[in-house]
Amino acid sequence: MSEAVVYWLQQTLNALQLGSIYALIALGYTMVYGILTMINFAHGDVFMIGAFFCFLLSSTLGLTFAPTLLLAMLGTALLGVVIERLAYKPLRQAPRVSAIITALGVGLFLENFTLALSPYPKHIPTLLENVTWNLHGISLSSIQVVIISLSLGLMLLLDYIVHRTPIGMAMRAISWDKTYVPLMGIPVDLIITVTFAIGAGLAGAAGTMYALAYPVIDPYMGITVGWKAFICAVVGGIGNIRGAMVGAFILGGVEIMVVAFFPSTYRDFVAFTLLMLLIIIRPYGILGKPRIQKV
Amino acid sequence: MRKTISMASFFVVIAALLLSSCGDPTNKQDTIKVGLIVEQTGDMPAVGASSRNAAQLAVSEINSAGGIAISGKPYPIELIIEDNASKADQSVAAANKLISQDTVVAIVGPNASLGAIPAAEIAEYNKTLLITPWSTNPKTTLDTTSGKPKSFVFRACYTDPFEGRVLARFVIEKLGAKKAAVLYDVASEAPKSQADQFRQTFTELGGQTVAFETYTTGDRDFSAQLTKIKSAGPDIIFLPAYYNDVGLIAQQARRAGINQPLVGSDAWSSPELIKLSGGAVEGDYFANHYATDIATPTAKKFIDAYAKKYGNTPDDVAALTYDAMGLLFEALKKSPTLERKTVRDAMSAISDYSGVTGDIKFPPGSGDPVKSAVIMQVKGDKFVWVMNAAP
Repeated sequence: MSEAVVYWLQQTLNALQLGSIYALIALGYTMVYGILTMINFAHGDVFMIGAFFCFLLSSTLGLTFAPTLLLAMLGTALLGVVIERLAYKPLRQAPRVSAIITALGVGLFLENFTLALSPYPKHIPTLLENVTWNLHGISLSSIQVVIISLSLGLMLLLDYIVHRTPIGMAMRAISWDKTYVPLMGIPVDLIITVTFAIGAGLAGAAGTMYALAYPVIDPYMGITVGWKAFICAVVGGIGNIRGAMVGAFILGGVEIMVVAFFPSTYRDFVAFTLLMLLIIIRPYGILGKPRIQKV
Repeated sequence: MRKTISMASFFVVIAALLLSSCGDPTNKQDTIKVGLIVEQTGDMPAVGASSRNAAQLAVSEINSAGGIAISGKPYPIELIIEDNASKADQSVAAANKLISQDTVVAIVGPNASLGAIPAAEIAEYNKTLLITPWSTNPKTTLDTTSGKPKSFVFRACYTDPFEGRVLARFVIEKLGAKKAAVLYDVASEAPKSQADQFRQTFTELGGQTVAFETYTTGDRDFSAQLTKIKSAGPDIIFLPAYYNDVGLIAQQARRAGINQPLVGSDAWSSPELIKLSGGAVEGDYFANHYATDIATPTAKKFIDAYAKKYGNTPDDVAALTYDAMGLLFEALKKSPTLERKTVRDAMSAISDYSGVTGDIKFPPGSGDPVKSAVIMQVKGDKFVWVMNAAP
């Protein structure tokens, strides 16, 4: 293969890895928005807690990769449920702004709580034996393979749950209408709890895999990544699960490709100009549908 | 609207003047208050912790020796510590608080240029001596509008342009590099000026900069930049980044199959680097302010006392903070009164101070000392001295 093709494929691989992680986090934003029309700004920090769970489980308890991933997902899922019950549920009938401010507060709480426990950045031990394969000049690491395939697997599973199971049907029903759905015997609170658990669990998975790929973690790591994942969800069409995945791979791709072919200083400027144009052309996101407001 | 704003700013100025005039410390108090601004939380808590430890050591040593005599009367030193969370705005707030509320005689810190530059502006405006131990950015001691040296701001370390020049010369002359790649944080002051100065000197000496890539503070994924650097085929990679970024970049570089030596700045020198990089910087080089393995008797005494009190070897921030405190004590000893202006005059008159990080002297009218750098290499869990780079 020519050098240019190898370079291009290598950067595509980088984009897939970054996009996968954005996607796992973006799903949490989009699911909560879909069901409650609320932006859960604490979600990026739940992702950060996922990375710290990974650190505690792997470094302190010495667990291997699979149990670390599962327990971190379980831990963040539980955290998501607790946050929903304590912070968001009492505000379900309050103005939407109150819920958003509360979400920001929860995010700050999680950051500063972690900061109070450990202000030092932490190093994640090697959980997976790192093998780098060389395919015609393209280097492919075992961590990249694990991240991309696991993320795609989780996304397919979520897509199946939402579109093919009774609980997924209930979620879609609630996102459509909150007045009559309870009358059909659907336990709204339970479904909302499940939604938060799934969203936070995915963020936990993202946190664990992120910590593997970028093995220095700190309490502020969720802020930028969280914002970017939120943008992915909006670009894809917030509330739409497949849209979040599409948006994430677009942002990951644009970020990597701008650096690949332009001076890297232009990255954020070009990436976000493109996303803004996309939003101007499709204000409801790529897969989002306009909701008709009836008076 | 405009009128209310101008009225408001008028009152702020009046209030500031009143505070600064009544806040000037005199012989009324029975201690000498010294402020310390450090990065206890935020991006570089290890820097803050080292700096705080060294300052506390210096203060406890001088106090157990009876304090400092000002015109015959001995005063103990009282250290007031403020956290700036490694942020510019909080550095300003901390400097303002120390100057007007705590009425300190002088301030030591902040360490990182990001906080030191704005804090230095505040100190200069309020005519209060500020000594930064670790800020290597030229702007810290320069007046931003006139371009002339500030008169109340000093540093205990060398500057970024100096370090960039020393490293460019080192990679060409000692590592035999012809092609270099540079990767730095475009949103951070010190790395930016080191990168620019490195490229300039490297080109002047006949080298070729094949990649000049940037990232932004908070980035974790460097795969795109590293892939680009790899395809440019450099002999070395210059990485003037803070130790937590170095940990991430080095591991991703090695995983991407980049095995060329990495060369870094003094921002590498924290014991945390070894922990965070997981062996990825083994054999790599960086410039530093002092080396523990070629320590002078003055340095040995400090290293032993620090190790005894805190259980680890002091890093360069600790050594420079200790020197900054030492310089301040030297100035106080020579100062006839505790007025801020007198202390500042005594400070600028220091012509030869033998510190932990070498001999320090200030050229007339400048807060930047004349001193030399050392080149270190990472070996196992230690930093080993390679050579001295004189100015």
